[in-house]
Formats: sequence, C-alpha cells, structure tokens
Amino acid sequence: MKKSAKLLSLMLSTVLIIGTMVGCSSQKATDGGKKIGMVVSTLNNPFFVSMKEGAEKKAKELGYEIVVLDSQNDASKERSNVEDLVQQGIVDLIINPTDSDAVVNSITFANDSNIKVITVDRMANGGEVACHVASDNIKGGEMAAQFILDKLNGKGNLVELQGIPGASATRDRGKGFHNIVDNKDGVKIVASQAADFDRQKGLNVTENIIQATPAFDAIFAHNDEMALGAIKASKSANKDVIIVGFDGNDEAKKAVASGDLSATIAQKPDLMGSIAVENAIKIAKGETVEKEVPVELELIKK
Amino acid sequence: MKKNLKGSILKYKSLVGLLVLCIVISFISPRFLGIANIKNVLTQVSVNAVIAIGMSFVILTGGIDLSVGSILAVSAAVAAGMIKSTGNISFAIIVAIAIGCLIGFINGFLISKGRIQAFIVTLATMIIFRGVTYVYTDGIPISGLGQSFSGIGNKTILGLPIPVLIMVIVFGIAYYILSQTRYGRYLYALGGNEDSARLSGINTDKIKTLVYVICGATAALSGIIVTSRIGSASPNAGVSFELDAIAAVVLGGTSLAGGEGSVVGTIIGALIIGVLNNGLNLMNVSPFYQSIIKGLVILLAVLVEKKKK
Repeated sequence: MKKSAKLLSLMLSTVLIIGTMVGCSSQKATDGGKKIGMVVSTLNNPFFVSMKEGAEKKAKELGYEIVVLDSQNDASKERSNVEDLVQQGIVDLIINPTDSDAVVNSITFANDSNIKVITVDRMANGGEVACHVASDNIKGGEMAAQFILDKLNGKGNLVELQGIPGASATRDRGKGFHNIVDNKDGVKIVASQAADFDRQKGLNVTENIIQATPAFDAIFAHNDEMALGAIKASKSANKDVIIVGFDGNDEAKKAVASGDLSATIAQKPDLMGSIAVENAIKIAKGETVEKEVPVELELIKK
Repeated sequence: MKKNLKGSILKYKSLVGLLVLCIVISFISPRFLGIANIKNVLTQVSVNAVIAIGMSFVILTGGIDLSVGSILAVSAAVAAGMIKSTGNISFAIIVAIAIGCLIGFINGFLISKGRIQAFIVTLATMIIFRGVTYVYTDGIPISGLGQSFSGIGNKTILGLPIPVLIMVIVFGIAYYILSQTRYGRYLYALGGNEDSARLSGINTDKIKTLVYVICGATAALSGIIVTSRIGSASPNAGVSFELDAIAAVVLGGTSLAGGEGSVVGTIIGALIIGVLNNGLNLMNVSPFYQSIIKGLVILLAVLVEKKKK
C-alpha cells in the first residue's frame, strides 16, 4: 500500500516535469516585467490558432514572454484562465472573449488587479478595456464594393446579404459597402436582406430574391457562409452573377480558386494577434495607444 | 491513535499524490503557494467539487450521471431569467435547485422504476436538457444579472471566497449523511450488493432515486456559482463538466462499481484536477500539451489505485 503511494508520487512528478519541459522548451524564462498574458476563446478553430501564432511571433521578436491559454469556448474556463494569468504577474492581458457579456466579470477582475486589458476580434460589453483590436470591417465593405464595381464597369444592379441585424460586423461591413455604392449613377441596390451569417439562410434568401427581382448582376454577402449559400441558389437557378464573401475561410478560398466565388475579403487573424501584442507592449511601457485599432484586410480573387 | 492517523492518511493515497503535485509545482512556479493563488485554486475547484460530491452519491450506488452539465445549464439559465425579470435572487436560487432536484428525480425514477441503465437514462436527459436550455435561452447568453448576484461568486466572507464556503458546507452535509445516517449506510450496502440489500429489507428504489436528486441539486448549485462568477448564464455552460466530476470521484479512490469510497476522496480528487489545471497554467505549459498531461495523470492515478486490489 505504501509502495503504491510512492509509485504514484514518482509517476506524477515525472509526468509533470516532462510535461513542463516539453511545454516550455520554446519559451525562455524572463523577468516579471516582461510577461504578457493572452486568453483565446478557442484553439479548436484555425482562425484563432493563427491569431495565437501571430501574437507569439511578435512577442518573441520584441523580447517579451507570452503565455497563451485556451478557454475552449467556455466562459467559466475563461475566468479561471484570467485568474491564473493574473497570479503569474503579467504586465497586461490580451483577451479574445468567448462572449461579449460573459467576459465582463473576467475583465473587471483583471482591472481590480491593476492589469490593463486589450480585447481582440470580439468586443467586451463592459469593464475597462484599454484597446480593442479588430478587423477594419468598414474598409472591408468598401473593398468588396469597389471590386464589384470594377467588375461591372461601374454599372449594375446589386444584392446585399446582411449578417445578424445589429451585430457590429453587419453594421460596419454594410456601412463600408454603402459608402461606395450609394448615390452612384447606374448602380442600384435591388435587394438588401438579412441572412444572419448562416449558409442555409443565405441559400433561402437568395432563392427568394431570384424569384422577386431576377435582374441583378452581383451579390455582396457579409460573410463567406452566406456567400456559399448564395452560390448554391444562383447555380440551381442557372444564374451567373458576381458573388463576393467576407472572412476568407478555407472553403471560401477553395470556391474562389474553382471560380464559384468571385472574391472574398480575408481577415488576418495573425496580424490581429501581432498588433494586439504591439499595443500591449506600448501600454506596458506607459505609452498611449488608440482605443480602437483596425486591422487591414486582404482581397482574395482568382 | 498514531496508527489510526497513519492508516487514515494511507487510506487516501490520492492525498499523497496531491501533496507531491503541490510540491513539484511550487518548485517550478514559486507563485503557486501565494495566498492569492491558493484562494484562486480553491474557488476554481469549488465548481467541480460541488458537482463531484453529488456525483459521489451516484457512483457509490454503482450508477453514473452524465446529465449534470445540462442540469447546470438549464437551472442556471432559468435562475438568470428570473433574476432579470423579478430581481429576487434568493427565490431564483431556490427555483434553480428545485429544477435540479426535479431532473434528478426524473433520472432516478427512470433508473430505479423503469429499470433502464443509468448511463443510457442520463445520456438521454443530458441531450434533452441541453436542448431545453437552447430553447429557453434562444441560444443567447442571459447577462446583466446585477452586482449583488455577482457577489456570490466574487466576494469573500472572513477572507474566504463564497464559492469555497459553499463547497465546505456541501462537503460537511455530504460527509455527515454518508457516515452518520442510516441512509448513508444503506447507500453503501446497496452499492456493495444490490440484491442482498433489497433482500435484507432496504427500499433500494427509494435510495437509488434519491442519489440522483442529490446529484441534480448539487449540479444546480454549481450552476449558480458558475453563473455568478462570470455574470452570465450561457446556453453552453457546463458542457463536459460531467467528465471532470467523474474524474474527481475516481481520482478520490471511489470505485465505479459502487459500494466503496468517500466524499473526502472526492474533494482530494477535485483538488488534484484543480491544482493540475492551475499549475499547468502557472508553469506556462502550452495548451496543446495540457490535456495530454491531464489525461496521463488521471490514468496513472487510477492504475496505481487499482494495484492495491
């Protein structure tokens, strides 16, 4: 009985030590003032893995240590991660919230420990946030509109598939799109409807639009999922139109390569991570930063 | 006396594992043993420990409850909805626990009277009540629950975080029930050998049903802690919490076959998981390696436990 207790202890410590060595091999120990904490909503999604990698690369480049923890899309895990990071004496905290509301208590907790907070991608609906880093959705909407107008030689009837009504991505992407196409001679928006960022709804809404107003030349969807739904609808109606999506996910990139999708406005998660670290370091050094930092987007076309 | 003490320490071999874990982590990360971090770990552990205590009752009878995560989510969501509409926090908590008891009763009734395996019944209720949560919340987290409700998960009394106090009280009650009452003795008897327990005149159906009610109540209570800690009831709250709770019970030396084990072991098991989570974070272990290490530790602990038999 005693023997097995000893054996257990031995095994536990071995596993832990090996684990620590494996896990830390890439990170070198630095003094307390040079450690940044980062909490990511999930690492079970390539988008956020790129964000993490971008952040790690930038931190290494600037001589800072960064600790990245995974919330596994669970707000209570997120809270624990923030607490554990605060214990480690981080200089500031970069957080990509699992949910804009559920993150507020975690941010308040960090605030109470005098740690400055930077949010990435998703906003927080409360707490004290020093800086928010996210894609420049307005610019992206403008890029999509410009691409469509160039393809149509500045004239044509357009359809807009909107995201979830009221969501910030919907508002900003739509705003950018309208900045370019509104009040242009020969350009008309014949339909503008919400399909909630959902592929199935994108398909249904596009089908309905094809029935109601068949004379259009291009569709701008506020995300790739809806664009992929729109492709299905226009294909089955044998309609050849320009379709532009947003996000640049893998399936959309493939669709661009095969010619089904005309273009997508790709977000750059790695750049988001890297810019978040830059700002975190500026804050740590006492420099002032912009309250909102837009991250550039990339037009992917064939 | 001395012999007795030695015996009781050795009875909880997992305690030795926990101590070793703490010593190793404190060498690698000096911050581990800071007062602030200890409070931190205990608060984080309380969520799982409260569920795991309820789960111990179930596992002691040889059963299993997979539905705790969904019970947690649905009762927390209803409580959050009530707090938003009425602002009456204590009544909302009572309703949440009542919901936990009710779902537990459904589980227990189907298992004891319906003679269906616990695994199947609770797998089904796990799926059903996750769906109920989605329907109730419309898939959107319920937040804006106010400062006083947030206090439950975030304030301290006499320096002790309230979730830790809740955990200690739940543990005290569970320990008393299992070691001092007739119900506790019957429960062990039932777990050891159901047929002989029934033949000796114990109402096994009643005891069995009651363990699922207790487990449902602790899951709902844990839901209150989680919700007040993050200030929001998410439809995805508690996903896979049943696995952490089962792991805590098993790490504490309770046999999945029933009849053997204690809530003291369960608390130690929950602490091992919590310390491991916290320690791996403090030691900067990459998140990709963390789950490998956690899985290995559970496997090793159970292997060693098994060796004694």
